[in-house]
Amino acid sequence: MRDSFYEEIADLHKARENKIKNAFLSFLCGGVLGLLGEGIVEILVSFFSLSREDGLVWMLILFIFLASFLTSLGIFDRMVTIFRCGLLIPITGFAHSMTSCCLDTKTEGLIYGMGSNAFKLAGTVLFYGVSSAFLLGAVRYLIEVIA
Amino acid sequence: MTIHYQNVYLQDTACVCGPYEKKGPLGKYFDKTYSDFYCGESSFEKAEVKMVKDSIQCLLKKSSLAKEDIDLVVGGDLLNQITATTYGSYGVGQGFVGIYGACSSSVLGLILGSTFIENGFASNVIGVVSSHNLTSEKQFRYPIEYGAPRPNSATFTATGAASCLLTSQKSSIRMECATIGRSIDYGQNDSNDMGRVMAPAAIDTLTRHFQETGRGVEDYDWILTGDLGVYGKEIVKEYLLKKYSIDLEKKYDDCGVLLYDLEKQKEVKAGGSGPACSPLVVYSYFVSQLRKKKIKRILFLATGALFSPLFLYQKENILSICHAVSLEVVD
Repeated sequence: MRDSFYEEIADLHKARENKIKNAFLSFLCGGVLGLLGEGIVEILVSFFSLSREDGLVWMLILFIFLASFLTSLGIFDRMVTIFRCGLLIPITGFAHSMTSCCLDTKTEGLIYGMGSNAFKLAGTVLFYGVSSAFLLGAVRYLIEVIA
Repeated sequence: MTIHYQNVYLQDTACVCGPYEKKGPLGKYFDKTYSDFYCGESSFEKAEVKMVKDSIQCLLKKSSLAKEDIDLVVGGDLLNQITATTYGSYGVGQGFVGIYGACSSSVLGLILGSTFIENGFASNVIGVVSSHNLTSEKQFRYPIEYGAPRPNSATFTATGAASCLLTSQKSSIRMECATIGRSIDYGQNDSNDMGRVMAPAAIDTLTRHFQETGRGVEDYDWILTGDLGVYGKEIVKEYLLKKYSIDLEKKYDDCGVLLYDLEKQKEVKAGGSGPACSPLVVYSYFVSQLRKKKIKRILFLATGALFSPLFLYQKENILSICHAVSLEVVD
């Protein structure tokens, strides 16, 4: 049962988080990633004569590959501890979650390990991502039909 | 509930640990250390089993006993179905009792083993516990390689295995008495702030121990809690002082704080945790101090959080428990 006197004392000895610093680093990292992505697309469009759509896809593939590769080297999780959501919210976070789940369960084999656990974390993102895209798409369609 | 023992002795202890504990301030007191998390095995779970085996082997060597001379092995860990101690202690002793007290398993094992010896059912009992930072991350939190940010209140599961031999034969350290803890619910549910969750259990067991034995802080040279970390430790000190007027003075510390160098090893955040955390500190440094007679009597309170991720997702509170034993030097 909750004891208000205990809560009072426990609150005095609560760990402090440097939220401003964390938010600033995440913001900076997210921005740099965006800048990098845009730069890569520009390079692909200018030097490899790709269309803008194709350039975007290649940039995403590159980011997914880099995040997975750095995760497998054990570098990415250290970067996440510093830059937090700046790396977890972009597509790098999605790739990171899948690679880490696979690495984590590789000792249990291809079927019971990697196969059934790859989407352990990413599954939530996919499920709600696809569901909300469907719902919002339906709403947009309805609005267009009515208007 | 406090039990007094007349003829239970702590013969030997053996501690095996991983890389972070090795780099900590108590590194030189451990019997065997590993520089990586695999310990030469193919998975982290197998590495934990290996550490349990090493620890028991080291203990048997120290006490010049054979596997068959052991009457009972009492052990536990954090893995599902307490598999690390089950597999690790395979082939040792005439009987095995698997226990689960989360991070309080070490003292729970000591209490059970001592009770068997006191009643004459066994003469040599091994108490063993283990934990592995990465297997428990996998078990309780996120995948190992997933860099989920941890708040500053989080503790770091210790990697290691610690075992001790309890006997009916006289030795220099005696198991003097024990207080069995009860589950405590203070409405806490933050699994990233275990100090706050478990401090009430430590306070409850300590105050009941003092009431039931009529003792106070002055009767002990050291009072050690298991794995409350820096924040939990301060909560215990202040709550005891303000509510019960018990001043722990400078005789109190927390094993989770002692196991690592919190200034240099920033990644451990608030300190160590896990079933192996407190015995790694008590069985190595404090037992050697008792043996050298530099200290006379210590109270060892191992704290544990009794919960599972499943119950947490179902919005249940985290229960906590704390068991205490008093170890004293035999004159």
